[in-house]
Amino acid sequence: MTFPENLKYTKTHEWIRFEDETTAYIGITDYAQDQLGDLVFANLPEEGDEVTLGEAFADVESVKAVSDVMSPVSGTVAEINETLADEPQLMNQAPYDAWFIKVTGITESEELMTAEEYQAFIAE
Amino acid sequence: MKLVFERSMPGRGTRYLPDLDVPVHLPDAAARQAALNLPELPETETDRHYTALAGQTYGVNNGFYPLGSCTMKYNPQINEEMAALPGFTQIHPLQDPETVKGCLEVMETLEKFLCEITGMDAVTLQPAAGAHGEFTGLLLIKAYHRERGDMARTKIIVPDSAHGTNPASASMAGFDVVSIPSDGNGCVDLEALKAAVGPDTAGLMLTNPNTVGLFDPNILEITRIVHEAGGLCYYDGANLNAVMGIARPGDMGFDVIHVNLHKTFSTPHGGGGPGSGPGGCKAFLAKYLPGKGVEGSIGDVRSFSSNFLVAVKALTYILSIGREGIPAAAENAVLNANYMKEKLKDIFPMAFDKVCMHEFVISMEKMKEETGVSALDLAKAMLDHGIHPPTMYFPLIVHEALMVEPTETETKETLDEAVSIFREICEEALANPQSMHEKPLHTAVRRPDEVLAARNPVIRYDFEA
Repeated sequence: MTFPENLKYTKTHEWIRFEDETTAYIGITDYAQDQLGDLVFANLPEEGDEVTLGEAFADVESVKAVSDVMSPVSGTVAEINETLADEPQLMNQAPYDAWFIKVTGITESEELMTAEEYQAFIAE
Repeated sequence: MKLVFERSMPGRGTRYLPDLDVPVHLPDAAARQAALNLPELPETETDRHYTALAGQTYGVNNGFYPLGSCTMKYNPQINEEMAALPGFTQIHPLQDPETVKGCLEVMETLEKFLCEITGMDAVTLQPAAGAHGEFTGLLLIKAYHRERGDMARTKIIVPDSAHGTNPASASMAGFDVVSIPSDGNGCVDLEALKAAVGPDTAGLMLTNPNTVGLFDPNILEITRIVHEAGGLCYYDGANLNAVMGIARPGDMGFDVIHVNLHKTFSTPHGGGGPGSGPGGCKAFLAKYLPGKGVEGSIGDVRSFSSNFLVAVKALTYILSIGREGIPAAAENAVLNANYMKEKLKDIFPMAFDKVCMHEFVISMEKMKEETGVSALDLAKAMLDHGIHPPTMYFPLIVHEALMVEPTETETKETLDEAVSIFREICEEALANPQSMHEKPLHTAVRRPDEVLAARNPVIRYDFEA
């Protein structure tokens, strides 16, 4: 499992990559995809939707179950990754390339972990 | 095995339907331009096709079927005999009620018995299955708050151990779902519940015993907390088999319920059943029950009298086993589950190792970590031994879950055999983990590629291909 240093991580196993202070990409971590197993579908929001810190903005479906994906920030969905609809396996194969949404106008963010802190967190 | 379309013998013709003996006046625009694309097979071949399909299925009549939270109990033959009586089958829903009074008596009697068993004051037989019953019950809750002008009550509280249908039904009924965590015993966390209730609470949905097979000891406190906050309490009757005739949801403080005739009351479950999920409620909600043109009613949720013959079977079951048989069935269901649990717990780690109700949950998380053998692998291996696997990966709060519900209709001999199969598979998994990923070896269909099937589902026959 890998945890790139340039990303921040959440306790609910999302990664977030800030482009600048108010813009970021969000996806799910390598650990998350490993726990969920083969993913077959991602239900994404629409461009222009608002996401709220601590609330689900998407859900992912594996053969086993459907799980919520939580937003670590509040802001507006500027873009969604449409390739996930055709190639859900990207979430398993390359979780850090398989971003779900690009958020702009970020007004608040939860306390995020570094790669090192996140690895310690999941080891618990 | 070939699909029926692949068995078609072009030119043989079809004789599925008798010749039309009434005049047809269809405008051209509404008439089919081409014949129906039906397979052309003589009756012998059609019969063989479906007989071969039947040979590939597995049901309670084939063997042990411990599918947790599904109550796959034996369906007594007498149920089928009663449901086949011409007085029940040779009728029409639009017939003059005066001429079907026996059928009406069946429905009224069953409603009365279900009220008695659940502690409710009124029952509707309309809902066609469990989730439909939940949906109907939630509409009663909605109607109640709406009539009181309490429009702020938009939230339904559901524990994280709930059956997936609970949040789905609440969402279908237009509510927002609030999920609350379970406590360390798999029961409702009272503090989390207290924090979740408020003036926006429409109600709580709960299964008791819950999905880890435990009776929630705080049930009276739970329903009191919800009522004091102004919400109503919904009882998911999926696990009623553990307590029927012994404890009643109505006495636990529930206001609205559903029961599954196809689980608890021995009518066929799965394979199209069809199911039946009667809804019940306390008197103060009775006026909202389904019914065409009834003042205050939420309206019909199903046409006519729903799956009437299922009601005949359920009534037959209740009358066959009687007042003493109902609690005895529940007691034996609990006894059988505890017997199996005790016989397995030294090598199958129990998610909650305490006296269980009608089902128990194993967690294979440790085996998965140490050997790579998952709950799925073990379940697949059971198919080779001719038993149906338990429910897997549910409830979601238990990792690598196997949820076993033997039901009361299995003998000690069957349970002993199942226990020895479970143990044998576990030993094989520890000795030769790699072999488990290949299971099953001896079934008609080996291991389907579930991921491929989910990503690229083929859901209808392509005539062009």
